[in-house]
Amino acid sequence: MNIGVIVFPGSNCDHDCRYVFRDVLGQDVTMVWHKESSLAGLDAVILPGGFSYGDYLRTGAIARFSPVMNAVKEFVAGGGLALGICNGFQVLLEAGLLPGVMLRNRSLHFICRETYVKVENAATPFTNGCRSGQVLKIPIAHADGNYYTDPVTLAGFQANAQIILRYCTADGKVTPEACPNGSLDNIAGIRNAEGNVLGMMPHPERCAEAMLGNEDGRMIFESMIASFERKKLVKV
Amino acid sequence: MKAKIHVTLKQGILDPQGKAIEHALDSLGFKNVANVRVGKYMELDLDQSDMAKAEAEVKGMCEKLLANTIIEEYRYELQG
Repeated sequence: MNIGVIVFPGSNCDHDCRYVFRDVLGQDVTMVWHKESSLAGLDAVILPGGFSYGDYLRTGAIARFSPVMNAVKEFVAGGGLALGICNGFQVLLEAGLLPGVMLRNRSLHFICRETYVKVENAATPFTNGCRSGQVLKIPIAHADGNYYTDPVTLAGFQANAQIILRYCTADGKVTPEACPNGSLDNIAGIRNAEGNVLGMMPHPERCAEAMLGNEDGRMIFESMIASFERKKLVKV
Repeated sequence: MKAKIHVTLKQGILDPQGKAIEHALDSLGFKNVANVRVGKYMELDLDQSDMAKAEAEVKGMCEKLLANTIIEEYRYELQG
């Protein structure tokens, strides 16, 4: 699988994403500078975490206008897989590739710790390796992870199974106390209606290798590879 | 032309910064304060002498970049 990792000025989780796909999972990885206009030859695109444009104005607000985002929009419209992690999720929201917006964490703190998220929908290209209801331990590191959308969109999410990950307790209970940042409905990750774009605030690329003591994040990436392999078989 | 732009959170959107500031003011002895909301103020110079055109440009900037209209509203003043 040929993965493109978009690099905005201020992205800082791009190398971790490359490391997981290339060195841990043996895939081909291309780093794509934000000024590039082509994503030709790529099977999936990752928008990594970090502080693109210093989070100036609003997180992701300026990165969404980077030249590469036109190519990302076309790629996604053509059915390509896109995964936005943390700041990448924020860029997807500002770009309108996912609905809604991130507010400042309710506590006003930058929160950097492990959280538990429940896989609400295991029938996606990003979670097919998980069981429905499975609890993953994945770290978060953000100040603006308080997801918000209007009630109509939220109802649509529930009808379309678009909420993919919810903050939960270690034993999988979705409670207000388990939500670190005030995010609506404990939302930690959502997909678009078509299902080819996922945005998630936790960092799976920080827990994808046994020697780090936590491999839960690896399942997100392995699911993407499995989905790609399946598509290849169907095409043949 | 000079544009002065205010971007504020829409009513009903939780503003934890505003709340934190409200509590801080209260503990400083300003007991009459309520409903603190924090927004952004921006100024820019626009090379445009036609008021109607300038207004259209500034509105475009607000809609496209300066405000996230899901949660923010904006107002502006033009002087020139």
